[in-house]
Amino acid sequence: MITINASTHDNASLCEMIKQAKDDVKISHCLGERFLGVGLKDRYIEIDGTPGNALGAYLNGGSVKVNGNAQDAVGDTMNAGTIVIYGNAGDAVGYAMRGGKIYIKGNAGYRAGIHIKAYKEKFPVIVIGGRCGSFLGEYQAGGLIIVLGLCKSEKNVTGNFPCTGMHGGRVLIRGDVSKITFPEQVSVGEATEEDMNTAMPYIKEFCSLFGYELSEVLGSAFTAVKPNSANPYKQMYVEN
Amino acid sequence: MDLKEGQIRIPSGCAVSAVISRQGNAVNGEKIVKSMIPMHERSNGLGGGFAAYGIYPEYAEFYAFHMFFDSRQAKIDFETYIKEFFEIVKSEIIPTKKIRAIVNEPLIMRYFLAPMKSRLADAQLDEREFVARTVMRINCKIEGACVVSSGKNMGVFKAVGYPEDVGEFYSLSEYDAYLWTAHGRYPTNTPGWWGGAHPFGLLDYTVVHNGEISSYDANRRFIEMFGYKCTLQTDTEVITYIADFLLRRQKLTLEETALVIAAPFWSTIAKCDKEKKDKLTYLRYVFSSLLITGPFSIILGFDGGVMALNDRLKLRSMVTGEKKDLFFIASEEAAIRAMEPEAENIYSPDGGEPIIVKVEKEAQK
Repeated sequence: MITINASTHDNASLCEMIKQAKDDVKISHCLGERFLGVGLKDRYIEIDGTPGNALGAYLNGGSVKVNGNAQDAVGDTMNAGTIVIYGNAGDAVGYAMRGGKIYIKGNAGYRAGIHIKAYKEKFPVIVIGGRCGSFLGEYQAGGLIIVLGLCKSEKNVTGNFPCTGMHGGRVLIRGDVSKITFPEQVSVGEATEEDMNTAMPYIKEFCSLFGYELSEVLGSAFTAVKPNSANPYKQMYVEN
Repeated sequence: MDLKEGQIRIPSGCAVSAVISRQGNAVNGEKIVKSMIPMHERSNGLGGGFAAYGIYPEYAEFYAFHMFFDSRQAKIDFETYIKEFFEIVKSEIIPTKKIRAIVNEPLIMRYFLAPMKSRLADAQLDEREFVARTVMRINCKIEGACVVSSGKNMGVFKAVGYPEDVGEFYSLSEYDAYLWTAHGRYPTNTPGWWGGAHPFGLLDYTVVHNGEISSYDANRRFIEMFGYKCTLQTDTEVITYIADFLLRRQKLTLEETALVIAAPFWSTIAKCDKEKKDKLTYLRYVFSSLLITGPFSIILGFDGGVMALNDRLKLRSMVTGEKKDLFFIASEEAAIRAMEPEAENIYSPDGGEPIIVKVEKEAQK
């Protein structure tokens, strides 16, 4: 593994060094450097510090670990691979991702999983250990978002307006959702066995990454949110 | 000829940050300049600036006017005008350092001013209103003169350039303040010019802003009915005047001001208990034209404190943190960590959730 001290390089050359490295890379003293691990096909990057926006954008099979918090747009448009954050993530995590997995130990900001989509064998998954801000899964078209609400907070496990514009995929929320208002175009109900079977590998991986007991995580009920018909918005437009 | 704002539209990313000592302790300007370095990419070199509070303790009872003059004539015109209404206690050139990155600077001056008692009595205005009107008149009527800031014991330092360079240009390491705010500009709709850089100031209120407000004209039309003149043709200016109007003239609290400019959605209001619902409905009805829509994250500085606020949809980022006596606000966590690597309680405020930090009263004396 190659170690790079981020404070001794400018942003562009740091990105270039990661790109050119023939080995896994450990980045220390990271402070807001953007676009780290962009488009990475293979290899592993570990980051100490606070990486900047668009971490792992277009990630294409590589894996990224952050020992701390990440900023906005983690995994923007990623295609494959894994991003693991041992802290919180900022706004728009997994923006338009269409494959791969993002695991967040803490909270996520606004618009987590906006425009996330699935296609053929591509199935994107975001697991959030804590809570998330408003507009979770906005315009979701496919894939799976799991919000576990494991961190103590006075706020609801999701902010306002979750699943607005959702027309595919599903969202699983652990714990109490009675104070959360969902839009009319989605159906909200207790997670089925099939929902839980789909989610189980990812919940297990979350537990093993961050040291949670599976029984603790499964100790609360899960709510599943899905679009309530194949074309939930057709009533808003002319019949086609 | 360079086109100024309003004469051209270029179809934003910006950076904001702030640090305040809750005890009112001195924080050197170097710290806030450091915060802008990791956010360099959020600016494009067309504007950077800082507001500093508590920097002129020896002239604390006078209005400190920071001025830009395009020409000697503008300075003469300004001084002729101001002498009719104010006593000039002191005037001086603001020290700057010649650096390659900052060019085409105007004449940059500061004046410590005391309103003439007789003039004040004639005008039948309270002192702050008198000063605010003077600022409007100068910005409108005196060609080539621009009031950069006009509060007591505070000042705005801004320029066309990257914020780190602006900090060096004004030698901000020479200033100690209990509150600093900062801005790195990436103008999108309008070109960058010295007067159009942030912060925008009126009296002790200053605003730095990341975003692009879509309600600018609606807000401007309303606020201009109350004597404010939007002369700088950029959206942040109107936010400054709205803050002054609601806080100073309407005597709203900071929380109420936040509820006007980032009003909760009707669907959110419907879920509140009756008392809260009535209040929120009242504020939305009475000040409907002061609702600010479109993306914004703003930091409002004022005498003794600071407020951070996001638009209600939270279309721009904002993070807060703290360490001992210091409280930090920035567009990015990295900026906070540049000021204080061990910052704690990192928090992302919700859209429309004001974060207000005031200097403890005793420390202010």
